[in-house]
Amino acid sequence: MSFAFTPERKRLFKELVKRYPDKRSVTLPALHLAQEQEGYLGRETIEALARMLGSAPSTLMDTVSFYTMFTTRPRGKYLLQVCQTLACSLAGADQVVDHISKRHQIKVGETTPDGKFTLLKVECLGSCGTAPVVQINDDYYERLTLDKVDRILDKLA
Amino acid sequence: MNDFQPILTKHVGQPGSATLDYYLIHEGYQAARQAIHEMTSDAVIQVVKDSGLQGRGGAGFPTGVKWSFIPRNSRKPKYLINNADESEPGTFKDRLLINHNPHQVIEGMIIASKAIDCHLAFIYIRGEFVKEARLLETALEECRANHMLGKGIFGSNFDLDILVHRGAGAYICGEETGLIESLEGKRGWPRIKPPFPAIEGYLKSPTVVNNVETLANLPHIILNGADWFRAIGASHDSPGPKLYCLSGHVKKPGVYEAPSGIELTELIYELAGGIKDDRRLKAVIPGGSSSPVLTASEIDGLKMDYPSVKAAGSMLGSAGIMVLDETTDMVQVCYNLARFYAHESCGQCTPCREGTTWLTKILRRFTQGQGRREDLDLILEVTDNIGGLIDFSLGSYGKTICPFGEAVAWPVRAFVQKFRNEFMDYLVEDAVA
Repeated sequence: MSFAFTPERKRLFKELVKRYPDKRSVTLPALHLAQEQEGYLGRETIEALARMLGSAPSTLMDTVSFYTMFTTRPRGKYLLQVCQTLACSLAGADQVVDHISKRHQIKVGETTPDGKFTLLKVECLGSCGTAPVVQINDDYYERLTLDKVDRILDKLA
Repeated sequence: MNDFQPILTKHVGQPGSATLDYYLIHEGYQAARQAIHEMTSDAVIQVVKDSGLQGRGGAGFPTGVKWSFIPRNSRKPKYLINNADESEPGTFKDRLLINHNPHQVIEGMIIASKAIDCHLAFIYIRGEFVKEARLLETALEECRANHMLGKGIFGSNFDLDILVHRGAGAYICGEETGLIESLEGKRGWPRIKPPFPAIEGYLKSPTVVNNVETLANLPHIILNGADWFRAIGASHDSPGPKLYCLSGHVKKPGVYEAPSGIELTELIYELAGGIKDDRRLKAVIPGGSSSPVLTASEIDGLKMDYPSVKAAGSMLGSAGIMVLDETTDMVQVCYNLARFYAHESCGQCTPCREGTTWLTKILRRFTQGQGRREDLDLILEVTDNIGGLIDFSLGSYGKTICPFGEAVAWPVRAFVQKFRNEFMDYLVEDAVA
C-alpha cells in the first residue's frame, strides 16, 4: 500500500517546507501529519516521507524510533494512555489501569479485538495537579475516578 | 504575601482571556511595541539583566546574561526557541500560561527576539499538548492578521515570525541541546558543550532557549521596570513572581503564583490547603522529580527561591512541589521515579543508559520484598557512577553529556540516604524472618 498525503495535507506540508529554514527540520511536523492521516507510520509511509524530506529511510527511522508518540504499527481507534508517574501513581493510576484492563479484557500494550481501544501506560503527561490523568487521542481527561473512567469509555463505546 | 497580586496568572479563568481582543484591552502588546519602537537591543538586555530575572525552566540562569552571550556581529541568523516541553514530573505551570494567556507568552517572545535580533522564533511544545499547540497557532494567526507578526511588525522595520513545533514524546527534549537536535529533525540527543547554543545552536546558528514562564515575565519587566521586579519577593538576588506547582498529598493541588522566596510551609498549608485528610507531612520534593527530597523537618522556614533551596541541599528547579504524607511508601516513590528516568534516558551515554536500568531493577527487587542489604550501597555506587560525587558547593561532577545523569542520581541518592529505614523494611532476610 503506497502512501500519499491528502491534497490538504500536501498543501500543509509544502507550506511547512517554505516556512522552515531547512527541510530536515520539517521531519517531526511531517511525521505528525502522516501519522494523523494513516494512524501509524508504516514502511511505505516512511519511505515516501524520506523521499519528500530528502533523507534516507533509515535516517528517518532513526528519528521515528526515538519518540514514544510515533508508532510503526496500527493502534486502536482510541488510544488510552494512562499516566503512571509519581503524582498520578499516588492518586491511584494503577487502579485506573486495572479497571480499564478488566473492563475491556486487554492487558497493557494490547488492543481490543474490535480495534477500538489500545491501552498504554505512559510517563508523566504534565498534568500532576489534576491527577490521575488519561490521554485519549488528543484529549486529556483529568481528576479521574473509576466512575468517571466508565462514563468516558461508555461514550466512546 | 498578603498584599501580593498575581501578575502572570492575573487573567487566568477570565472569559476570553486567550483571545487577542481580551489581551489588547488589558495592556496587551504595549511592552512589545515599546521594545520594538523605543528601545535598542542593548537596552532590552540591560533592563532584563537589571531585573534579576532567572530562567524559570529549572536551572535558574540569569536571562539577560544568557542573551548577552549571543554574538552581536555574527552574520548568521539568530534563533529564539520557547521551551514549552514541560515534562519534568511535578511541573504543570507552562500549560496553564499557554491555555489562559497565550498572547502574554507570544509578547515575551517578541521582546526576547528584539533583544537578540531574532527574526524567526519557535515554540517547541511537547507533542501531547495538542490542544495547547492549536491554541498557540490560533493566537499566532491573530497576530499575523494584525501586523504584530510577519513583515515590519507594529509598523516598524523589524520582521518576526513564530512557528509552533510539536515534540513527539521525549523528556530529554526539555534539555536545550536535545531540544535543538529534535527541532532539526533528529533524535533528541543532547550535545556536548561547548559550543553552547548561544554560539552554535539551531542549524549551527546563535540560539537562545527560554522557558515559557521566563518569557511571560518579560512584558511586565519592560512596562514596570527592573526596580519594580527586583522588589518582588523575599530575595533581592532571586526576585519576581513565581509559579509554584503543588501536587501529591495536598487538599488543593494546583498552580499558585506567589512572590519568589515564599515559605514552602505557606504554600503547602495556606495556599494548597494543607495535607490531604489532615495527615502528617513526611517529605517534599521541592523542584520537580530531579530535585533531592526534603524531609518534613528540613522544610521548616525554607524560602522557595533558587539560592535558599540550593542551600538546603536541593533545588528549586521547575518549582514542581510534590507533597508526600506520612502514609507514603518512599521505596515505591523512589522506584516510580527511577523507572521514569530509565524510560526517558536517551541512551546516548553508557553510565545513564545502563545505570538507570540497573537502579530500576534493584529498586523493583526491593518493592517485591527481595531487597538485599548490600543493595543499598550498590544503589549509591550506581548513582555515583551516573551522576558523580555530589557536592553542591562545588557544583556537579557529572559523568554524562547532559544533566540528566545528575537528575536521576541526586534524587535516588537522597531517598536512600534519608529513608534508609524504609528500604531496610523491604530486605529479603526480614521477610523470611
